[in-house]
Amino acid sequence: MDLFEYQGKLLFARYGIPVSAGAAVTTVEQAVEAADSLGYPVVVKAQVQVGGRGKAGGIKLAADTTEARTHAEAILGMDIKGHTVEVLWIEKASDIAEEYYASFTLDRAAKLHLGMLSAQGGVEIEQVAEENPDAISRIHVDPVDGLSEERCREWVEAAHLDPKATEGAVEVLLNLYRAYTEGDADLVEINPLILTPEGRVHALDAKVSLDDNAVFRHPDYAEYDATQVRDTRERFAHERGLQYVGLEGSVGVIANGAGLAMSTVDIVNQVGGAAANFLDIGGGANAEVMTGALEVITSDANVRSIFINIFGGITKGEEVANGIVQALERVQIGAPIVIRLDGTNADEGRKILEPHLSDKLQMRPTMLEAARRAVELAK
Amino acid sequence: MSIFVDEHTRVVYQGLTGGQGSFYGPLNRDYGTQVVGGTNPKKAGTDVAGIPVFATVADAIAATGATASCIFIPAPGVRGAVIEAAEAGIEFIACITEGVPAHDEAWFYNLLRRDFPNTRLLGPNCPGIISPGKCNIGITAGHIAKEGGPVGIVSRSGTLTYQALYELKQKDIGVTTCVGIGGDPVPGTSFIDCLRAFEADPETLAVMMIGEIGGSAEEEAAAFMKEHMTKPVVAYVAGVTAPPGKKMGHAGAIVSGGKGTAEAKIAALREAGAQIGLNPTEAGELMAAVVAKL
Repeated sequence: MDLFEYQGKLLFARYGIPVSAGAAVTTVEQAVEAADSLGYPVVVKAQVQVGGRGKAGGIKLAADTTEARTHAEAILGMDIKGHTVEVLWIEKASDIAEEYYASFTLDRAAKLHLGMLSAQGGVEIEQVAEENPDAISRIHVDPVDGLSEERCREWVEAAHLDPKATEGAVEVLLNLYRAYTEGDADLVEINPLILTPEGRVHALDAKVSLDDNAVFRHPDYAEYDATQVRDTRERFAHERGLQYVGLEGSVGVIANGAGLAMSTVDIVNQVGGAAANFLDIGGGANAEVMTGALEVITSDANVRSIFINIFGGITKGEEVANGIVQALERVQIGAPIVIRLDGTNADEGRKILEPHLSDKLQMRPTMLEAARRAVELAK
Repeated sequence: MSIFVDEHTRVVYQGLTGGQGSFYGPLNRDYGTQVVGGTNPKKAGTDVAGIPVFATVADAIAATGATASCIFIPAPGVRGAVIEAAEAGIEFIACITEGVPAHDEAWFYNLLRRDFPNTRLLGPNCPGIISPGKCNIGITAGHIAKEGGPVGIVSRSGTLTYQALYELKQKDIGVTTCVGIGGDPVPGTSFIDCLRAFEADPETLAVMMIGEIGGSAEEEAAAFMKEHMTKPVVAYVAGVTAPPGKKMGHAGAIVSGGKGTAEAKIAALREAGAQIGLNPTEAGELMAAVVAKL
């Protein structure tokens, strides 16, 4: 789950990382009020989870009340790469002497945490990595040992920041590591991490991605989850506890298991179609789950046919078939359905489905044949 | 032969008394696995379908000589359960539980590597391991696999593993061991661990490998294969059409920053000499052709 900048900054502040004083607002009046009380100049920042908002006009400096109002009016409701701005973060403007980059993430290949620090901040780190890899100072941290102050200091020194920034950077990075581990983040990134002319080190931006699996020990995740931007279909699926990812095509896909669902999306594309979604209903495939899945699929206006791809392991074919039959009684479906049912007791399952077969409900013995049929029907 | 587990493996189920544990524990026993006990500190002295329950893994080992454990404990308790098993001296831990935080996985992976180098962890978030006809630990339906050999299977995906076992059985091809390593960011056992073990196993003559998008495990496996594998490998990688930035169900299955794409993985595996199936059925057919020539 990706956080908005303002949520990331509030999280950082809880771990003692210096951030600018500011306020998250949703109306022009609140924006002006916040700006007045912070004192000018302020920065008005669009809160969207997409890069390049500065270039799109989503970040503006305001010198007084009039400018704060003008910018807030312009930016609220603005569309930035398909994301509508609903929240503004108003913060006190900072003087910048230097811009750095700092982050922690998991290095899956090394199976250790990876810290990256660069004296070249404020630009895309991927670009720095490509053009000037030596400009990034890297450190691997074993989660069992944690990050000691001594190692952190060596790391900072290797990055060749302005010597004035050393003490502040060590403190920020130790706190950032704590925010990363205790907060169960997949990523914490500060870009830019600034050095002010007075020699203070300060987070001017915050990018935080949290591990959804850690929600059980973070009650505050619920609050972040409530502000997540999901398309209507994804929200609908999320409410039903289904693993759903919206795609652009016209063949609705339902499968059991993440791997099989991914594979089903692939095969629909391989035979010349385009999948409308990824949807994993998990192992059970009972009537409840199947009903929810069909409701989600049919809520997508682009869907012209539906491919249900089920492999019975522990769940027997007849249970899956009964689930499908019952779900079909509960949900009104316009698009034709193609079923492929294989695995444990597949024959028994197919026998249950047979009396229900029609133009609207077809069955094919293999994944490939079923995909071809579903794609034909979508045309 | 088989890798990691066989008919002598004695297994204790951590979380045997829970919903999943009480379903799969007896099912694994009925398959023929030596399911010697379960644990639950509050229910020691009771049993689940005749399987005795002990307070701790250490107690279970003392009473039964268990050498392996299978974890069905809910995600918040997995960190403690893995360490309990390792400290008690368990050599092979299969953790089926899904939804374990990545920071916990990274922590116990490194703790095991440092303090318990002789303990192998499989998972978390995996279907388990089956050496058909000998031992089935986890949630795989045993009857969809044909025993014997000559094929070894290693996979990041549960359902695609079942699909592979089933297709091979229908072609009358046996499997020595099928290892589901799981789809999480820090799996305890990697593709390379399994490839190395299959290469050393005299009864495994060919390997089927099922990967998916995200991370670089397939690329690392390809590099290993190139240097060390003499046995033929057939591979399939799911997620060719997955859009960047979207998690496809598994916590680890995500293409981010242009990394972890199926194309790159397929190219690396092909370069290392693996035959590539573009879908699970094609991979099954390729494997049948390989086996016919052995």
